[in-house]
Amino acid sequence: MSRLGIRHILSFFLYLALQVIIMKHVVLFHTAFCFIYVAYLLLLPVETNPLVLMGLGFILGFTIDIFYDSLGMHAMASVLIMYLRNHWLKLITPQGGYDTNAVPVLSMNGVQWFLIYLVPLVFLHHTVLFFIEAGGFQLFWFTLWKALASTLLTTLIIVIFQFMFGEKRRV
Amino acid sequence: MERLFLFFYENRAFFTFLLLEVICGWLIVSSNHYQSAQFFNSSNSLVAAINGFSHSVGEYFSLRKTNEALARENADLRTALERQNQLLSSVRAQGSADTTIINRFEFVSAKVVNNSVDRVINFITIDKGSTSGIREGMAVIGNAGAVGKVKATSDHYSVVISMLNVDVMTSAMLKRTGHFGTVQWDGKDPLFVNLNYIPRHVRPVVGDTVVTSGYNAVFPEGIMIGTIDHIALNDADPFYELKVRLSQDFQRLSYVTVVKSYLKSEQDSLETPFLEVER
Repeated sequence: MSRLGIRHILSFFLYLALQVIIMKHVVLFHTAFCFIYVAYLLLLPVETNPLVLMGLGFILGFTIDIFYDSLGMHAMASVLIMYLRNHWLKLITPQGGYDTNAVPVLSMNGVQWFLIYLVPLVFLHHTVLFFIEAGGFQLFWFTLWKALASTLLTTLIIVIFQFMFGEKRRV
Repeated sequence: MERLFLFFYENRAFFTFLLLEVICGWLIVSSNHYQSAQFFNSSNSLVAAINGFSHSVGEYFSLRKTNEALARENADLRTALERQNQLLSSVRAQGSADTTIINRFEFVSAKVVNNSVDRVINFITIDKGSTSGIREGMAVIGNAGAVGKVKATSDHYSVVISMLNVDVMTSAMLKRTGHFGTVQWDGKDPLFVNLNYIPRHVRPVVGDTVVTSGYNAVFPEGIMIGTIDHIALNDADPFYELKVRLSQDFQRLSYVTVVKSYLKSEQDSLETPFLEVER
């Protein structure tokens, strides 16, 4: 059971600030949004207690919601992917299993594994978010296209951040 | 009983998940009615201050355009004022008008600190609040046309529902013919809105001006909304499908004006009993 330290609390606020100050204005072609804050949730240590995960997902999503005036929407999408995260990690366990205190970052298992881990969860988060925001399925293809384009942008930025600031593999 | 607790304990992750999602769903539903006031929104001072800081960084890059727009608006207003003065001097012989009618509107200028156009439900945060006399339901107009309606206020900030919001319907009028319709956004392109319920016998043409009608209690009559850009009429439909190009560019909103209407409550209270009877 890995513990969450002061580092995680600091990076919580860092991701929050990054999202609401900078990424809020990053919208390409009126369709592709970047919700970088999901990286904070998805990059928590592998063995984190699911209750803690969902709690953090709720708090972070709720705070983002206040800035976006979309009460409950980000929180709902975040809690959903936080619930599924550990099941998904279990399904895609690499050969030999996870080390103790493993963190699901790019340098742990390479780009391919990282994308397999990241893309479905990010896509699920964005799809849920955009469909709740659209209030149903009237604008089905437009909303789906928005979710797809945003998944692409968010994933790209997370991967770039991983290459730039990602921690090197600790031996 | 013990087994029941054990069952809950073993599936605690799933039940916590359910509980949190139910809370989220409740939050979404209860804050969905756009009229309802709510506590957790971006008129909260700390949130508004952070949003304002983030918005102000981008603002430096559009200062020149903002200046131009404001100067143009100033010129237009001077023209309108002068025209009005001329008109007044020519009708002064008719006797003095009711000053409450003349002074029924007061305008408060406010700066936009947060704005979005790309979502399905868009909101704008402005830097004037209840201490400046702003209340829920007041109309907000930009330098080129109607913008929206105040949703919630704190002491120094207010949240405005943009016209670019699929839930908002605004009563509008074709200026040339005088027919009434409803303006609603379809959630896609922030440059266009739809004008619905213009009946078949009307002959709208591309370029016709669409303004707010005096029927809605929010906007003063005759505030510019936009011009007709595209006309379609299916054989079976009783109404036209009209696309209206917005005169106000919502992507470049930096200063807006809040309209305080002193006679609004009087009009509302006079009309309410009849509306209830109709129902």
